[in-house]
Amino acid sequence: MYPSRFKYESPNTVEEAIKLLDAGKGEAKILAGGQSLVPMLKLRFAFPEQVVDINNIPGLDYIRFDADGTLHIGALVRHEHLEKSLEISKRQPTIAAAAPLVADPIVRTRGTFVGSVCHADPQGDWAATMIALNGSIIVQGPKGKRTIAMKDFVLGPYANSMNYNEIAIEAVIPAPQGVARGGYLKLERRVGDFATASVAVALDMKGDVVVGAGFALAGVGGKTIDANEAASALLGQKLTEATIAKAAAIVAAKAEPRTDHRGSAEYKRHIVETFVKRILVANSTQKVA
Amino acid sequence: MSSLYEEVHSAPSSDIPVRQVTVNVNGESRTANVEPRLLLAHLLRQAFKLTGTHTGCDTTNCGACTILFDGRPIKSCTMLAVQADGHSVQTVEGLASASELHPLQEGFKQEHALQCGFCTPGMMMAAKALLEENLNPTEDEIRWALSGNLCRCTGYQNIVKAVLWAAEKMRAELN
Repeated sequence: MYPSRFKYESPNTVEEAIKLLDAGKGEAKILAGGQSLVPMLKLRFAFPEQVVDINNIPGLDYIRFDADGTLHIGALVRHEHLEKSLEISKRQPTIAAAAPLVADPIVRTRGTFVGSVCHADPQGDWAATMIALNGSIIVQGPKGKRTIAMKDFVLGPYANSMNYNEIAIEAVIPAPQGVARGGYLKLERRVGDFATASVAVALDMKGDVVVGAGFALAGVGGKTIDANEAASALLGQKLTEATIAKAAAIVAAKAEPRTDHRGSAEYKRHIVETFVKRILVANSTQKVA
Repeated sequence: MSSLYEEVHSAPSSDIPVRQVTVNVNGESRTANVEPRLLLAHLLRQAFKLTGTHTGCDTTNCGACTILFDGRPIKSCTMLAVQADGHSVQTVEGLASASELHPLQEGFKQEHALQCGFCTPGMMMAAKALLEENLNPTEDEIRWALSGNLCRCTGYQNIVKAVLWAAEKMRAELN
């Protein structure tokens, strides 16, 4: 298979890339890791007139924690950079848990975090992770930069709220008030398959007490599912059997699974509830079953 | 030398210029004129006649087209040839010297790690990337590192053994 014809440019600055996108009037696509775009080009699901390759723009591959704990992930940070980052493994457990589960090890050397969020695949690990972490995306266009909160960023399957002449340059994850805890679990029939169900949990804890919580799901609906309302079951409380069960029930109710060859809707909802419980139990200092 | 999708009677369009790319392939500088949509796997196979890199699924699943790009394993069917301009790639043809097999090739032979052989080049390149980072991998680490490469013949058991064999030989050579 081979893609339909397109023009190709590989600018060296974000400004040049934006000019090309602007001139493309919606017919230009950004190429970062290409692990979703190139297959889509080959399958002719995508047939842009212009491909703007941003891999030659220097300085976009940073993982940076500010002094206050805010995390910044640049547009060219590959999945494997996050998987191997000691800082991430120490300070951002939800991302650390999800990174080794994205696609397969070879795709992870190329694919990017920010690109995956922009792609907004309902099965995507990173869009779900970003919703649970209450993250935002910084985009830059001809008129400068703006910040889009994740809840306003993913509009639906494969749709984000960027304008055609904007480029996502960074993901931002807010600093915890206490300590960032959490996890990510995914059930897949085999490596690289679409998930049967994935659960992202982000916790912000002061000692035993939950001061912030976020939940999101992938693979169990037509889009990435925001289940952050389950935080109400935990805020100001300890992770006990009762609070964990309550939160897990709220998250499971938010899932919109469909019966298919990966399992029945009932089964997938049960997996979601079980995964939420497992992650919360693992982060609890209490003795809970 | 040019590499276009000529075999499907698809001549380049006049408003899309053919671009010259120079790639270091297995230590040797190679140049070709390509249309932007040409995939790196096709540049290697068609323009450079390095047909050891296989294309299996064409959809980023199977890993038969795995090569090293600036030292890291990638699926060469999922990168454009123009993106390799100025970079270095290593293919399965770069493993052996004129007189000697690479320990991975020897290991695959010793442990009978292939039947049809279609996945083998990708398996060996993915395994090479692993051994460059970790010369003493556990069986689990090998299975994890090769989880992006599919084999429909062997059941993987002998492939894992072959990588363990190669790792042991490479460790012995270091001492």
